[in-house]
Amino acid sequence: MLDDLDNSILRYLQNDPESSIAKLAEKAATTSPVVSRRLAKLQQTGCILGHELILDWSALGFEVQVSLRVTLDKTEPSAFDEFLKAARKIKEVLEIQTFLGMVDVRLSVVARDMKHYQQVYKDSILVLPHISDIEALMHISTIKMDRRLPI
Amino acid sequence: MLSILDKQLLKKLSLEPKLTTSALATSLSTSQPVIWRRIKRLESLGVIKGKRLLLNQELLGFGVKVFLGIKLATKGTISLDDFERVASAIPEVQSIEHVLGLYDYRLRVVARDIADFERILRRRIMTLPGVGQVEANVLLSEEVLTGPI
Repeated sequence: MLDDLDNSILRYLQNDPESSIAKLAEKAATTSPVVSRRLAKLQQTGCILGHELILDWSALGFEVQVSLRVTLDKTEPSAFDEFLKAARKIKEVLEIQTFLGMVDVRLSVVARDMKHYQQVYKDSILVLPHISDIEALMHISTIKMDRRLPI
Repeated sequence: MLSILDKQLLKKLSLEPKLTTSALATSLSTSQPVIWRRIKRLESLGVIKGKRLLLNQELLGFGVKVFLGIKLATKGTISLDDFERVASAIPEVQSIEHVLGLYDYRLRVVARDIADFERILRRRIMTLPGVGQVEANVLLSEEVLTGPI
């Protein structure tokens, strides 16, 4: 179980992932060796998985971002596995999520412009296996992007 | 424009963000100062926006992740700013995207369990200014790929 100290270390580390151990210790009002031990334990138990790079795809020249909501043909038992396997091979796909609800899978797709998007959609997305319905949400802007947990 | 080296660097870093400049220099057969300068440049171009801590949400007690599709009820008469401002202040709302299509907004919400999610939905989401139809999909799995670098 995590105690208050673990939670506050995680909270500070979420706010500043590159923070030094000394700085974390100061903020959590404890000593560096204590923070090191706690961090090692949080990593060992799998609470801390690692770090993720935040890229700005529009700065890389990918101006179009689309969220594709896919419903699969569930009469085919291997539909999910085959769809996911094929979707992973499309290099314009950034994220694959599976859901319980109205949609089965969501793909986050980037493209350089609308012409490129149409090409990706036609040549790579529509040929994916077992699609029964597909719906697109075009990304306009990001209002909030904060994966920190409210701990 | 990004060079081949920039792209290789981005690919390596997105797979392993904690790689040191010396490890990157060795694997890309160049020198540490070159790598350092390239990273600084990618940061100043806005390509690399930073690093994020990845936590195991389930182990930390957040077992439920839900994506909400929200349609505003009275477009035009209410201000999008109001909706965005109030929604942004909800700590359980991790992301808000303005989208075009079936919904107006797409929200990512974390909750401790289904009961906690119900509380957030009733007290926080359904009371947002201008909120109309809400669709909820519970996230079962997610994977992030390196994309077209």
